[in-house]
Amino acid sequence: MSLDLFLPAFIAIKNGFVLTLVITLMSFVLGQVAALPIALALASPSKGLRYPASAYTFVVRGSPLLVQLFIVYYGLGQLDAVRESMLWPILRSPIYCAILTIGLNSAAYTAEVLTGAIHQVPKGQWEAAKALGLSRFILLIKIVLPQVYRAVLPNIGNELILVMKGSTLASAVTVMEMTGAARIFVARTYAPFETFLMAGAIYLLIGAFFGRLFKGLEARFAIPSR
Amino acid sequence: MIEAVVQYFPQLLQGFVVTLTVAVGSFAFGLLLAVFLAPTAVYGPAPVRKIIAGYVGLIRGLPELLVIFLIFYGGTVFLTGLFGTYVEVNALTAGIAALTVVSAAYLTEILRGALLGVSSGQWEAALALGFRRPRAFRLIVLPQMMVNALPGLGNQWLVILKESALVSIVGLEELMRKSLVAAGATHQPLAFYLTAAALYVLVTGVSTLAINAYSRRLTTHLR
Repeated sequence: MSLDLFLPAFIAIKNGFVLTLVITLMSFVLGQVAALPIALALASPSKGLRYPASAYTFVVRGSPLLVQLFIVYYGLGQLDAVRESMLWPILRSPIYCAILTIGLNSAAYTAEVLTGAIHQVPKGQWEAAKALGLSRFILLIKIVLPQVYRAVLPNIGNELILVMKGSTLASAVTVMEMTGAARIFVARTYAPFETFLMAGAIYLLIGAFFGRLFKGLEARFAIPSR
Repeated sequence: MIEAVVQYFPQLLQGFVVTLTVAVGSFAFGLLLAVFLAPTAVYGPAPVRKIIAGYVGLIRGLPELLVIFLIFYGGTVFLTGLFGTYVEVNALTAGIAALTVVSAAYLTEILRGALLGVSSGQWEAALALGFRRPRAFRLIVLPQMMVNALPGLGNQWLVILKESALVSIVGLEELMRKSLVAAGATHQPLAFYLTAAALYVLVTGVSTLAINAYSRRLTTHLR
């Protein structure tokens, strides 16, 4: 291991840093937004909503993220219908594909967590809201969801870190985020330790920052230990 | 589309066997390590406890793909430096080694939690009955720890199975790699990746059923 290589390794990886952050944050937001309707479908009394939602989470949670990424990036482009559709500009770009896939993958995991929390909301809360004549929409927005999100805040923080780790897979579809950039630098210099340790340190720092952020949010919003 | 998959199916099955080998191998080695690391992390001397906690924290914070790259490329450089000649690390060994390092950390954390869940009265009763500590651990505490850990272990098995797909990126000829090659040769990526996904879902589905059945059997006394 040579110390001289740490600086060039850092410069090489730095170029991927922004991409890693962009993929992580956009996938995370997409995942959280998509998770809510899936969770509501999973918790719904209607079988017509529940079955498709649970089939979705079963398949997405049952197969590797890498396969899903390859299906979306390499697989969908094979279909003429996709190539001629309005979505093609998005599905043609490896970065958008990575964001879409990681986001939809995270949505399945988050939806399961949210569903668990929805079931944890005491029955009396639903009954009281109904007795007060609240509409289902208001009941969800004002009574159920605030309790759900306050309860799952730590899980959402975890999910953000998992999404960050998942963003490394984008390098498998030619996106040169940090891990991809590190790998190319290793191929050029043959210095795996310096490079990957440098990349690892940056991932740990980002993870620590996210962890700190959610600790702060929890201190402010979480339901004190139930 | 179907003919292409049928034609390459024996190849995919070969890859599937490698996938299962990597997943079972790294889960088993990881569990073996964790069974030693977890009690050490709870009862060991403070510096050792800190080291184990550091290792677990480090691995949990790092992307799995990065750990695989570090062990795969780093392993080659390290062994080459050690022996003075170029050593090519076999992809299967490197894959199992990398995933073992990852799974051992998560499994240690699962077993540590499970161990803390065994009530201290169990230790005290065993010692009061004249068991020595190693024997009390093996016969009284360990079985209860494993029962507590079962849901976590089942989860981790599914995680490892899915993570084994990452080893294809460093060239191991497992299910993903075989699908990639077949997809390239036939220009039918969708068919092959969907087949691969179906095979993974099949294993995770069957595993989930088996884990649930087994944990129901193990916990009859708790209901």
